[in-house]
Amino acid sequence: MGVSMLNLGAALPEIFMAVSALALLMLGVFAGKDKAFRTVSWLAVAVQLVAIILVVTGEGGTAFFGQFSADAFAKFCKVMILIGSATGIIMAMNFAERENMARFEFPILITLATLGMMAMVSATDMLSLYLGLELQSLALYVVAAIRRDTVRSTESGLKYFILGSIASGILLYGMSMVYGFTGTTNFATLADVLTAGNLPVGAMVGMAFIFAGLCFKVSAVPFHMWTPDVYEGAPTPVTSFFAVAPKIAGLALFIRVAIGPFGGVVEDWQQIIVLISILSMALGSFAALRQENIKRLMAYSSIGHVGFALVGLAAGTKDGVTGILVYLGIYLVMNLGTFAVILCMRRNDRMAEEITDLAGLAKTKPLMAAITAILMFSMAGIPPLAGFFGKFYVFKAAVDAGLVTLAVIGLVTSVVSAYYYLRIIKVMYFDEPVEGFDRNGTEMNVIMAVATVIILAFVFFPNLLMDSAAAAAASLFGM
Amino acid sequence: MSDWPILSIVTFLPLVGAALLLLINGEEATVARNSRWVALWTSGFTFLVSLMLWVNFDATTADFQFVEQADWMPGLNISYHMGVDGISVLFVLLATFLTPICILSAWEAIQKRVKEYMIAFLVLETMMVGMFSALDGLLFYLFFEGVLIPMFIIIGVWGGQRRVYAAFKLFLYTLLGSVLMLVALLAMYFDAGTTDIPTLMEHGFSYNMQLWLWLAFFASFAVKVPMWPVHTWLPDAHVEAPTAGSVILAGVLLKMGGYGFLRFSLPMMPLASETFAPLVFTLSIVAIIYTSLVALAQQDMKKLIAYSSVAHMGIVTIGAFTFNQHGIEGSIFQMLSHGVVSGALFLCVGVVYDRIHTREIDAYGGLVHRMPSYALIFMFFTMASVGLPGTGGFVGEILALLGAFEANTWVAFFAATGLILGAAYALYLYRRIIFGALTKENLKTILDLSPREWLIFAPLVVIVLWMGVYPVSFLDIMHVSVENLVNQVETAQAAAAHAAQLAAN
Repeated sequence: MGVSMLNLGAALPEIFMAVSALALLMLGVFAGKDKAFRTVSWLAVAVQLVAIILVVTGEGGTAFFGQFSADAFAKFCKVMILIGSATGIIMAMNFAERENMARFEFPILITLATLGMMAMVSATDMLSLYLGLELQSLALYVVAAIRRDTVRSTESGLKYFILGSIASGILLYGMSMVYGFTGTTNFATLADVLTAGNLPVGAMVGMAFIFAGLCFKVSAVPFHMWTPDVYEGAPTPVTSFFAVAPKIAGLALFIRVAIGPFGGVVEDWQQIIVLISILSMALGSFAALRQENIKRLMAYSSIGHVGFALVGLAAGTKDGVTGILVYLGIYLVMNLGTFAVILCMRRNDRMAEEITDLAGLAKTKPLMAAITAILMFSMAGIPPLAGFFGKFYVFKAAVDAGLVTLAVIGLVTSVVSAYYYLRIIKVMYFDEPVEGFDRNGTEMNVIMAVATVIILAFVFFPNLLMDSAAAAAASLFGM
Repeated sequence: MSDWPILSIVTFLPLVGAALLLLINGEEATVARNSRWVALWTSGFTFLVSLMLWVNFDATTADFQFVEQADWMPGLNISYHMGVDGISVLFVLLATFLTPICILSAWEAIQKRVKEYMIAFLVLETMMVGMFSALDGLLFYLFFEGVLIPMFIIIGVWGGQRRVYAAFKLFLYTLLGSVLMLVALLAMYFDAGTTDIPTLMEHGFSYNMQLWLWLAFFASFAVKVPMWPVHTWLPDAHVEAPTAGSVILAGVLLKMGGYGFLRFSLPMMPLASETFAPLVFTLSIVAIIYTSLVALAQQDMKKLIAYSSVAHMGIVTIGAFTFNQHGIEGSIFQMLSHGVVSGALFLCVGVVYDRIHTREIDAYGGLVHRMPSYALIFMFFTMASVGLPGTGGFVGEILALLGAFEANTWVAFFAATGLILGAAYALYLYRRIIFGALTKENLKTILDLSPREWLIFAPLVVIVLWMGVYPVSFLDIMHVSVENLVNQVETAQAAAAHAAQLAAN
């Protein structure tokens, strides 16, 4: 396995990202602060794109003496994360300039957070896991509070920071327990030690703590409380970034920890995940019903989506992991498209964030309304749109693993959640129009169009995503 | 010619038309006019192509015909598998036949957002045809659920006063039923390793599993049919939907449930079907008697016809669960004739609604004095709905009742009361609208059928008469397939009974 090697080549994309981030920082500082915002932003986008190429073409393998693995699973997740980050930066540019938050640090912080996420999904050791997680979290705390002159943004950043730190503490505590009872932090060694029937109570408690910390990071119930406030308070492009890349990274990390070191003791954690998954799906569905603010609605929606993704993890099988990865891929596309729509909700040069602001969009902007409708139907999981397939794969895995009750509960909550997605369509199509929105930015139109085409066309080529997801999942189980 | 993928063409041609519609731009009036014509041509041409299915159909075999199979998700053993047998081919034709009529009926009634309306209808046609021709469970589910999207939009945008409520109710009711079917499909996949319908028919699930599967499928199909007590979405949806929406809802969408029973429940879960047949009979009888009485009390024309649909579909479900040739053939025939007749009745309502803009029965009366042709047409379809011999309605009901009589005399007895009640509410409706003195001021200037409306009704009249006078041309097509289905069910049930007997000894 090459455990005793440094093998820096496997971490080439990460190294490239780190160096580029520092170089961009220099550029920003020397080019005269915020005047360079746009340049630095585009360069940061280019960095993510180059990183995608490096990830895809990289030969893989383990590095840093077994602490880091660039397997197919990591590659798959990294590509998704990088797409999310690149799009996030693009979507933020116009907004930032208009809303007086055009600080050149913003794209750099996103790049650093992305680097942290990449380290997370490649982590094969508790320590490298924690390192990546903290790099991501610290960058995100700052990003949430980037509009330091508004109360909402700083409040959101502070909340995120305090609660996030507690979660990190819990996670770290769990790791120390596991280390104390097994004497190792390496995933592969842990997997050898922890087998069915051989899970020391202390390690089990540690595992529960680790899972709790991870649940916080992916905002699964009952550790979700920060999500609606942070999503609503953070500037919209930041919210759109939060809803995509860190979610994917967090879930990927969750999968890696659950299947890697604790893969031998599935039945010991399966019930935890089942419960968390049910709670998340239910809360995400029911709490969103009465939301009026679209960003808050998306926060609850994302909690629900995490619940659905965790259904696949609850299965604890290769099919389940494949299902989550497909789910996340589709979730990425749907969310980017939806947030592009939300960012286009501007009236008289001010952001409009209430759902009622969309009233009559079908008359004022028919194409944008049609795109939003498709996105919402897809979010609700109505076939033949892509969102259905995400649900299909995870629930298939759950039924295969004998979790029929979970599947029934999950699908019933998805009917509840359909209500609030439909409500958005209702407001756009059935209600009388209010004053129209301002002109969309070109980049938003492109993002919306691409997302819609992918969602519509997925039904014809389900295998493109499916095959690579299956290969990614296989690499995790081949370990 | 025969190696053309006719089914795929019929299924996706409307979608091509919808894509063409997307390209239409310009002034509102021009867009509206062009959209109407493109939609009409597309659906008309689709109907012509679908006639190829009728012409080339081989009625001597129960096998699936016009079969197409292509890779879709090879890793999961799920494929794009299309094909029709004697049971489904007629439903495909029903869908392609009614769509151009619906588009024509909306010619003047729909004035706002015409383009979107036509797109919704063409997408709907694709979903309907695809659903009846799918030979893979997942593909079936895709189309089955996909129907909801255009239907939601059609009711919600072009519907009446309480359209939002009706659209949500339709969507969520049906979705809740459908997700249970999805779980059942996944369970079947888990057991059989595929969702291929012909394979699943051969698979032979264990009795215990059949019970659960049956209930899950029942949840979905019963809502769709709709059976009492989950029928309450239907009157709302019908009342609020625009005329063409009601026509397609009554004409085709209700049949999806009945078709589902024949395609999934009976052949794949024969033992559970036998176990639950009394349940189906009971619910159907309640539906027939109760909703007929409710129909008698209605003040709204569309609501009355909607309740009558529930009653008529009760006969369909009884016929399907008799497990004999007559019952099932009657059930299918009843679905087809009800599809045409109830669609036509909604069109009749639409004719006066377009003129007076109310559906209150009390707002009418004495129409025969101003609209003799309309009175004739309405009379014809009322009679067909009642089941007058010589119309399609008669053949379906008599066959279904005959089957019911063979299976259980009491069921036949109660079901037959539906015919009497049906005559009562239908004739009562007719009398209140058409006969009597013409006293209402706004009715005194009402105009009789326009040439366009004649054009809409003419084919419907011809079909209903054809079905009534020479039903063999339809029964022949389904005969062998139904026979095969009956054998399949009987063999499975006999084998189980035999096994039970052995165990008892």
